[in-house]
Amino acid sequence: MVQRPDPTFHASPKLASEAPPEKFAYTLLLSPDFSKPDALAIVDVDPSSAQYGKIVHTVTMPNKGDEFHHFGWNACSSALSPLTGHAFLERRYLIIPGLRSSRLYIIDTKPHPTQAKIHKIIEPEEIFHKTGYSRPHTVHCGPDGIYVSTLGGAGPDGTDGPPGIFILDCETFDVLGRWEIDRGPQLLHYDFWWNLPRDYMVSSEWGLPPQFENGIVPEDLLANKYGHHVHFWNLRARRNVQTIDLGANHQMALEVRPAHDPAREYGFLGVVVDTTNLEGSIWTWWREGSEFRIEKTATIPAEPADPSLLPPLLKGFGAVPPLITDIDLSLDDKFLYVACWGTGELRQYDVTTPRKPKLVGSLHAGGIARKAALPDGTAFAGGPQMLEISRDGKRVYVTNSLYSTWDDQFYPEGVPGAMALVNVNPAGGVAFDKTFRVEVPDGYRTHQVRLEGGDCSTDSFCYSSA
Amino acid sequence: MDDGWNTALWLAVIASGVYHGLNPGMGWPLAVAAGLMERRPSALFGALAPLAGGHFLAMGVILLPFGMLTALQYWNHEIRLAAALIVIGVGILLYGYRRHPRILARIPPAELGLWSFAIAVAHGAGLMLVPMYLGLCTTKPSSLMDHDGAMSIVANNLGLAILVSAVHAVAMIAAGGAVAWGVYRYFGLQILSKAWINLDTFWAGSLVAVGLLAVAGSM
Repeated sequence: MVQRPDPTFHASPKLASEAPPEKFAYTLLLSPDFSKPDALAIVDVDPSSAQYGKIVHTVTMPNKGDEFHHFGWNACSSALSPLTGHAFLERRYLIIPGLRSSRLYIIDTKPHPTQAKIHKIIEPEEIFHKTGYSRPHTVHCGPDGIYVSTLGGAGPDGTDGPPGIFILDCETFDVLGRWEIDRGPQLLHYDFWWNLPRDYMVSSEWGLPPQFENGIVPEDLLANKYGHHVHFWNLRARRNVQTIDLGANHQMALEVRPAHDPAREYGFLGVVVDTTNLEGSIWTWWREGSEFRIEKTATIPAEPADPSLLPPLLKGFGAVPPLITDIDLSLDDKFLYVACWGTGELRQYDVTTPRKPKLVGSLHAGGIARKAALPDGTAFAGGPQMLEISRDGKRVYVTNSLYSTWDDQFYPEGVPGAMALVNVNPAGGVAFDKTFRVEVPDGYRTHQVRLEGGDCSTDSFCYSSA
Repeated sequence: MDDGWNTALWLAVIASGVYHGLNPGMGWPLAVAAGLMERRPSALFGALAPLAGGHFLAMGVILLPFGMLTALQYWNHEIRLAAALIVIGVGILLYGYRRHPRILARIPPAELGLWSFAIAVAHGAGLMLVPMYLGLCTTKPSSLMDHDGAMSIVANNLGLAILVSAVHAVAMIAAGGAVAWGVYRYFGLQILSKAWINLDTFWAGSLVAVGLLAVAGSM
C-alpha cells in the first residue's frame, strides 16, 4: 500500500520542471518488416554514467507485427488532482499499444528501469469485443482511468464504425469499454489531450486503417480524404461539444499539445500537409467563453528539389513537403518544437504569445532530398520525427521513423533506427549533442521516447504554476 | 447524561470536523487549485463555501433519519447499538475496498458542492458523527404516554441534527480552509505531494474506533 504520492507526481508544471532530471529514457523499437518482435529499449541518459547513451536493457515482446508507435504511463501527475482524493498510484507501468496488432502490453518498470518486464498482455480480441475499436494509439491518465485513443473501428480493416477512445482500469488494467456517449460528427481519430480542471478534451484526425496501414494512399490525399477536423469535448459529460473543420486541404491534423498550465486555455495542433501547396502548418486553438476557436499561426513551406532525388511518390511535385509529423511543447509553455520529417528539420518556436509563434531555432538532420548528416558526420536516415522534451526543457530527444510503410514510401533507401539528443539554449536556439548517440540494434527503427519520471507529452497537471 | 459528557460529545463533533477538514480527500486541495487558477485569493474562499455546504448536507442526510428514529423511544438502546454496528461495518468495508472511485470521477470539477456532498457520503463521513449525535439526543420524554411529548423530542432531535451538522461543517471548513490558505499563501504547492499522507487505513480505522466506543458506551 502506497503511503505517499509518487515523488514523480507534481502538482504544477513548474514543480515538475524543477524536479531531478531523467536518468533513463524508454524508446520503442519496431521491426519494420515484422520479421522480429518489437521491443522497448531502456537507454541510459545520465551524463555521469559510464553507460551514457547505451541501451542498458531491452524488453522484447513475445509477438511479431505489433508495430509500436506511441505509449504512456499508468499514472502521472494527474493523480494529484484535487478531485480524486486518492493520490496513491505509482508511476510504474508503461502501456504500449501495438498500432497494427491492436494488442496492449503493460510493462512493469519497477524495481528498476533496467529490470523492466512484461506485466500483462491484453490480446486484440478483448479490445475488439469490449470496445468495438481497434488500432490503439495515444495513452493518457484520466479522471476515471487510463484513456486510450484508437484509429480503427470494428471489422477486419477497422472501418466498421468510427474509431474512438476506450478506458482501461488504472490498477487492474481491465478494458472497461468505450468512453464516448455522444461523438457528434467525429468519424476519424488520432491524438487527444485535455485541460483537466477546465474539463475539456481536444482530439484530432489522421485517417482510417486502409488509409495508412499499407502506406499513404496518394489518391486519398489528393482528394483530401484524410482527417482535417479538430474536435472539442466535454470531458466529464463525454460529449463532443464542437467540431471545427480546418479546411479540407489541411490534411492530417495530428499532435494535440495543450498548454501545460491549466490556467492557460489554449494549445497547438500540427497539420502534416496542405494539399494546395505542400506546406505544413501549426495551428493555435483557444477558448473564448464556451466557444473554441482555432487559427493557422505558422506555416512551413515545401522545399523545391531535383526530381531525381525524390521517391516516386514525390517526383511529380519536384518539391519536398516539410511533413509536420510531431510537435511538442516545453513544460513552461514557452517553446514549441516542430518536427519536419520530410525536409529533415527540427524547428523551435517561441510561443510565449501563443497566436504569434516566433521561429528562434532550427537544425537539420536527414531529409528526403537534403540528407543532412549530424554535426559529427554520422548519417541520420529519415528525419527528426518523434520529439520528447525533458521536464527541465534543456534537452530534446529525437527519433527518426514515422510508420513502417510510410518510411518506405518517403525514404525507400530505409530508415535505420536513430536516437539523438538536442541541447536547448534557454534564450532560444538548438544544437545536436556531440557525444550522445544511441546504437540501435540492426533491423529496428525507433519511435516514441518516454522519460523516467515523466516528460512533456505525458503528464497532465491540475494546479496552475502561478 | 451529565453536562461533562455532553461537552465531550460536542468537542468530538468539532474534533471530527477538524479531522475531516484536514483530510485532503474532503476537498481543501480544490480550494488551493481554485485560488491558483483564478490567480486571486477570493477564488480560494469562494470554493470553500460550496465545499462546506456539500459537507453539511452530507451530514444532515445521515443524521436526520437517525433523528426520526429517536421517536421509537423504547428501542433507543437497540438503535444506538445498531448504529454503532453500521459505523463499524462501513469502516471494515472501506478498509477492504480500495479501488479507484470511478463514479465520483464523473462529477464535473465545477460542481464543488455536489462533489463535496458525494465524497462525504461515499466515505461514510456522516456515519462517523452518528454515535456522537445519538449521544446528544434527548431520549427522556416528560411522560411516557404523552404523544405530543414524543413529537417534541423528535422535533428537538431533528433540530439538533441540523445543529450538529452545522457545527461539524464549520469546524471542517475552518480546518480545511486554514490548510488551503497556508498552502496557497505560505508553503507552496510542493507541500501538497509531500504532506499528502494516505489516510485510507486511518479513516477506516476511525469509523471502527468511533463505532466501538459507541458500543462500549451503550453497554
